[in-house]
Amino acid sequence: MGMTHIVDRRLNGKNKSAVNRERFLRRYRHHIKRAVSDAVQKRSITDIERGEKVSIPSRDIEEPIFHHGQGGKREMVHPGNQEFVAGDTIPKPDGGGGQGSGQGQASPDGEGMDEFAFQITQEEFLDFLFDDLELPNLARKKLKDTEAFKYVRSGFSTDGVPAKLDVVRSLRGAHARRLGLGGARKKKIRDLEKQLEALKSAPEDLDPAFSHEDQIQVLEEEIARLKANVRRIPFIDEIDLRYRQHLKKPQPATSAVMFCLMDVSGSMTQMHKDIAKRFFILLYLFLKKNYKKIEVVFIRHHTSAKEVDEEEFFYSRETGGTIVSSALKLMHKIIESRYSPAEWNIYAAQASDGDNWNDDSPVCGKILADNILPLVQYFAYVEITPQDHQMLWYEYEKIQEQFPQSFALQQIADPGEIYPVFRQLFERKAA
Amino acid sequence: MTNLMDRPNPPESDQPRAREPISTGSEWTFELIQEYDDEIAKCAAEFGLDTYPNQIEVISAEQMMDAYSSVGMPVGYHHWSFGKQFLSTSKGYQRGQMGLAYEIVINSNPCIAYLMEENTLPMQALVIAHASYGHNSFFKGNYLFRTWTDASAIIDYLVFARHYVAECEERYGVDAVEEILDSCHALMNYGVDRYKRPAPISASEEVRRQKEREEYQQRRINDLWRTIPKLDEDDDPVRRRKRYPEEPQENILYFIEKNAPLLETWQREIIRIVRKLGQYFYPQRQTQVMNEGWATFWHYTLLHRMYDKGLVTDGFMLEFLQSHSAVVYQPPYNSPWYSGLNPYTLGFSIFTDLRRICENPTEEDREWFPDIAGSDWLETLHFAMKNFKDESFIQQFLSPKVMRDLKLFAIQNDDQEDVYRVTAIHDDPGYRDLREKLARQYNLSYREPNIQVWNVDVRGDRSLTLRHIPVDRVPLGKETDEVLRHVHRLWGFDVHLESVDDGTVVEDHHCPPREVEED
Repeated sequence: MGMTHIVDRRLNGKNKSAVNRERFLRRYRHHIKRAVSDAVQKRSITDIERGEKVSIPSRDIEEPIFHHGQGGKREMVHPGNQEFVAGDTIPKPDGGGGQGSGQGQASPDGEGMDEFAFQITQEEFLDFLFDDLELPNLARKKLKDTEAFKYVRSGFSTDGVPAKLDVVRSLRGAHARRLGLGGARKKKIRDLEKQLEALKSAPEDLDPAFSHEDQIQVLEEEIARLKANVRRIPFIDEIDLRYRQHLKKPQPATSAVMFCLMDVSGSMTQMHKDIAKRFFILLYLFLKKNYKKIEVVFIRHHTSAKEVDEEEFFYSRETGGTIVSSALKLMHKIIESRYSPAEWNIYAAQASDGDNWNDDSPVCGKILADNILPLVQYFAYVEITPQDHQMLWYEYEKIQEQFPQSFALQQIADPGEIYPVFRQLFERKAA
Repeated sequence: MTNLMDRPNPPESDQPRAREPISTGSEWTFELIQEYDDEIAKCAAEFGLDTYPNQIEVISAEQMMDAYSSVGMPVGYHHWSFGKQFLSTSKGYQRGQMGLAYEIVINSNPCIAYLMEENTLPMQALVIAHASYGHNSFFKGNYLFRTWTDASAIIDYLVFARHYVAECEERYGVDAVEEILDSCHALMNYGVDRYKRPAPISASEEVRRQKEREEYQQRRINDLWRTIPKLDEDDDPVRRRKRYPEEPQENILYFIEKNAPLLETWQREIIRIVRKLGQYFYPQRQTQVMNEGWATFWHYTLLHRMYDKGLVTDGFMLEFLQSHSAVVYQPPYNSPWYSGLNPYTLGFSIFTDLRRICENPTEEDREWFPDIAGSDWLETLHFAMKNFKDESFIQQFLSPKVMRDLKLFAIQNDDQEDVYRVTAIHDDPGYRDLREKLARQYNLSYREPNIQVWNVDVRGDRSLTLRHIPVDRVPLGKETDEVLRHVHRLWGFDVHLESVDDGTVVEDHHCPPREVEED
């Protein structure tokens, strides 16, 4: 007894396996990346904040050891015999070489499945997602120009508007002030009155130099003076007043709307759309950090624009030419009818391969400058093309000069550039 | 259930005692665990269980998963395979497929056992009796553990290994270390001298000797390869036919550590670490039935003793018995839950019956176990625990009654026949045969292919040849080439593996693979 040592280890770290887990993910990063990449294709862009199930073919993660194969002559002892006697024979199932049950150690975790499946966390999911995008660390920047404010209490002040007067606190202050100012005098009055009483009741002194009369008079005058003083202390004074103080605190507006504009004309391939999708995902994640509620509006266009759901947005294809202004017009219409800039923070990202009818590009510039940019927080344009720019780009460059704070454009040639470009677009210079 | 409820060996009950249970609720506290442990220790002492001091650690479910995935090593080097283990453990646990093992116990001095905080008090008491007194006394008493492991040094050694591996990772990169570890793990079961007594492992000794080894080893290896006479100088066909090593070596990892021409010193050191761990786990692989049977027998016996002393309530016993019967449940061969013989059941049944044979022998027992029938049961059980491993334990102590109770039967699957054959069942003509077959099933070389180092072509291409001796024509599994690739990585030159049955090569593997059209 006393030999046993009982230890409470529960508070010790529980993540002893974290490094080993990380090693595992590292070793199979190619598998996991593929799974993440597939998942991004399948998922809605608003559905990024969760982990993912990853399956790896068991043969890829096996730890091989020497063991017996099938064949030869094997004998196994089993429990629970009911019907057999020695010498009985049991036909082998078709296919030959079949094994009796309980043969060998099929798989160490008791699952005879071909897949080793496990869950990665959201954080790991994003790591792998952005790993592809050369994401160093997920940027967590606060937007600087959110326009909504919230008043928060911040104590009391001595001046303010009557509506904010705190009555209880003011009266309490007045009371304290009255006590502070009058207390000593009242005590003095009480003392003097006592002396006066004593004088009046004492026998008259024989010496006229100590005449009671004089002393009484002096005391009475002093008492009257003090009482007048006390009376002059105001019941409530200016300095007693206390006002509730509120500070105007910038508050990220709780809702934002994100417009995704994409060219779906024939020249946009699935690869273009995939890059665009990742870009939109990044934007969504970025907004997610700043806003509680985010709505996403998908506008696709070729020669005409249409508001669609996400599925249609990413996966349907159109043929034919491109008129970009149709999308901008539709966006403006939707803002006017549904997203008042007073209540919504409006963001927009436009993805295109740069193709547009040349006549239309100046129209785009005009709509942006006149109708859209005054209403939105930020408008980002990404051109997904390794080729030379066309008219639209140059038009947009002019816009950027006019609206350096709310408009940005960048070019992306391959997926590796998505994140750097995203960073450039969203790194706001100190205003 | 019934099997377990009719207690074959009722502990000697004196007059029923006034019940003064230690506690009545199912919630545990540290004070209560201490009290139960004190009482269980007293009971264990009555039965003469000799144990290392105990260390009981209360941990959370997550920590239990951690412990699980490091194969029960309280300290381990980092490796992806442990991460894989962790992922599959936590997956199983979250799906609720798997109750977490309620006990993990480490063969160390002091003997560390884990209690999971979620468990009720009766479960904690069961684990304490099972692990801290059952397994613990087995670790301390069984000859294989005494020979192969050094309980007082293992924790220090693990710390040494962890540091060493981490240092190598820093110096040579995670990938390089991972490669070596992968290859070593593939051969971990072949890193043991099965017949020679190994040197005990000790961390401080390791650190001291490691320095010496570093300097000495490389010199020695260079010598081996330098002193080989050049081909043209030595044409004597007899000498040329002489093999190196002269005798086949069963400890493949050891042979590679000492003889692989190209390995760097740190790589040899890592081989050594994996080898030492393989050695540490070696006794466990050979005593699963005995070890679990012994621990189960003692949790059963100790807690019943507690009950007889009036220290635990009826409710406690009901909960305990329910867990106990789950542990020793043996689904029959045709049940969907059947996955082979449950070692807990088999071991528990043999130890329990051994006690019965001592205390209440029948005619059959006197005939089968003349030396044991009627002997002192405690002495006999301790003797059995100390001096056997699964194979010999079954060979020696599996009684006809246990074979009948478990309704054992043997099935032969010969690939040259169209049918399975029932070769023996639990009846008079079958007992001995059945017992022999079951014992053989636990013989390590029957469970794992017998593969040894056969030859190194020291005068030629330096290739390493391993030789497999098949038993009953059982061939090698399909991962063989994969393992051979690991051997090749360690050895650095061509590696061959031939299965030689009765003097003829029946199967051969090569790494790098041979062209198909060789003559």
